[in-house]
Amino acid sequence: MKKDLVIIGGGPAGLAAAAAAREAGVEDLVVLERDQRLGGILNQCIHNGFGLHTFKEELTGPEYAGRYIEKAAALGISCRLNTMVVDLAAEGSVKKVTVMNREEGLYEIRARAVILAMGCRERPRGALNIPGYRPAGIYTAGTAQRYVNMEGRMPGREVVVLGSGDIGLIMARRMTLEGAKVKLVAELMPYSGGLKRNIVQCLDDFGIPLKLSHTVVDIKGKERVESVTVAQVDEDSKPIPGTEEEVACDTLLLSCGLIPENELSESLGTAMNPATGGPLVDESLETDREGVFACGNVLHVHDLVDYVSEEAASAGRNAAAYLQGRLAEKGREIPIRAENGVRYTVPASIDIGRMGETQTVRFRVSGMFRDAAVEVACGGQVLKHIDRRVLAPGEMEQIILKKSELEKTAQAGDPKEISVCVRT
Amino acid sequence: MADKKEFVCIRCPLGCGITVETSDGEIKSITGNTCPRGADYVTGELTDPRRTVTSLVRVRGGEMPVVSVKTAADIPKDKIFDCIRELKGIELSPPVHMGDVILEDVCGTGVNVVATADVR
Ligand SMILES: Cc1cc2nc3c(=O)[nH]c(=O)nc-3n(C[C@H](O)[C@H](O)[C@H](O)COP(=O)(O)OP(=O)(O)OC[C@H]3O[C@@H](n4cnc5c(N)ncnc54)[C@H](O)[C@@H]3O)c2cc1C
Ligand code: SF4
Repeated sequence: MKKDLVIIGGGPAGLAAAAAAREAGVEDLVVLERDQRLGGILNQCIHNGFGLHTFKEELTGPEYAGRYIEKAAALGISCRLNTMVVDLAAEGSVKKVTVMNREEGLYEIRARAVILAMGCRERPRGALNIPGYRPAGIYTAGTAQRYVNMEGRMPGREVVVLGSGDIGLIMARRMTLEGAKVKLVAELMPYSGGLKRNIVQCLDDFGIPLKLSHTVVDIKGKERVESVTVAQVDEDSKPIPGTEEEVACDTLLLSCGLIPENELSESLGTAMNPATGGPLVDESLETDREGVFACGNVLHVHDLVDYVSEEAASAGRNAAAYLQGRLAEKGREIPIRAENGVRYTVPASIDIGRMGETQTVRFRVSGMFRDAAVEVACGGQVLKHIDRRVLAPGEMEQIILKKSELEKTAQAGDPKEISVCVRT
Repeated sequence: MADKKEFVCIRCPLGCGITVETSDGEIKSITGNTCPRGADYVTGELTDPRRTVTSLVRVRGGEMPVVSVKTAADIPKDKIFDCIRELKGIELSPPVHMGDVILEDVCGTGVNVVATADVR
């Protein structure tokens, strides 16, 4: 089978990319989704807070996904469900997508362009370096979310949450509403990795304590969790003796972060960014493999689905431009250096000749900063200096660069890099 | 008496930090909000705190055992648990459509609870 464009993943990223590509004139495209429904992780996020920036109204996860599913249907986009991509390889400019489907078995699609939109998965038991038994009652927060929200089952009655990522916070509230007692949320770092609004709405509203600089050092129980021991940690994340506190519970939820789902990107051999766990992309969201684009959580873990949709739409438009021969050849890529408090940027480089009138650069900071500024410099000139009251690692930041500004600095000299940093 | 209170706006995931200055209970200034909804939020938090509630309602004999629901508007914060309790008592039969009213006037708040997903 041949296709102009194959989109891997039918979550919000894949759907928005498909819609944008179709609107830009790509007729021959398909979305491949391994699950039995479209919408990705949003199907289990029944809480509200999605889409205020895109739709100017506050939607729940399934409602937000529903808007894009309807749009894809209205545009006549073909979406194949229960269809998993098992391998991805490049042969010259042709991309070989190996697909598995219960009806048709294993088959190959030869695509001129591919958009990676596989989302992310939970870090499995990452922060849990605890000796001893592994009794029943230990779940990742996302698994618990699927049990409760998709299957209507409760994993336990007395809960401790380790890690204050958004899924952990949301599940603390969800389980409280379902009648469980959430004893506390322990966070190894001195700040939460979750959104501020989730701390307010999920913990403060219900009087659930958030213990920063704390971790779980012991789990008791053979068949089922009976208690966990929580202790304070020092600056090197080492437990401080004498601060241990035993907390009776039957369930431990782990919310230790998300990692992009990148087996396919790796089998294709794209260059990866160790800071994001996703592929390195340029201003067009194109990987170092020609005609392969990436967007959404597979590229870097997002907390706002609005940004996911926006990013995915630009990947879709760029893939269309590539297919229609409108995307300029790769020219001089100026690398973006993330430094001094900036952990990474997406994109990782900009080609002034290929960029649009404006370019959104998204990034995360590596720690908490108060009354700081984000500074962008190029060729010895400060292009942007944006004062920020708070910068937190849990919240993705973005800055918008203008082509005209970059062109001006490029004319003055040949800039080696663009740097993005935090000034305190 | 002059007073200063700090809030985190929860109207959208941006979570702006907002400072409110009051004098004798009257709002004097609101700073830090990125959009008007922020001012609206802190005014509400000071006088009548409300939340949107999302939860699940059982569905018998559908493709899924539960359907996700939400209050169509915010309800008083102290009614959250009463709302959840009322929803526990309900059992639906398929099909359920996104937007269907599941429960009218939950806990006398005048707010309806609606489905946020389809179950066939
Ligand atoms: C628990 C949780 C809570 C969140 N809360 C909020 C919130 O309150 N507000 C907000 O704005 N955002 C929130 N987000 C963020 C937002 O929902 C996500 O960032 C967004 O859903 C990511 O979209 P995606 O399409 O990149 O990934 P996903 O939604 O994960 O979609 C990826 C899709 O690809 C499919 N796939 C993967 N591999 C393959 C393969 N090999 N073959 C075929 N298909 C494949 C998967 O099955 C999946 O359907 C939350 C995220 C999570 C996880
Ligand atoms: S003030 Fe506006 S932008 Fe800021 S969190 Fe509130 S609703 Fe969002």
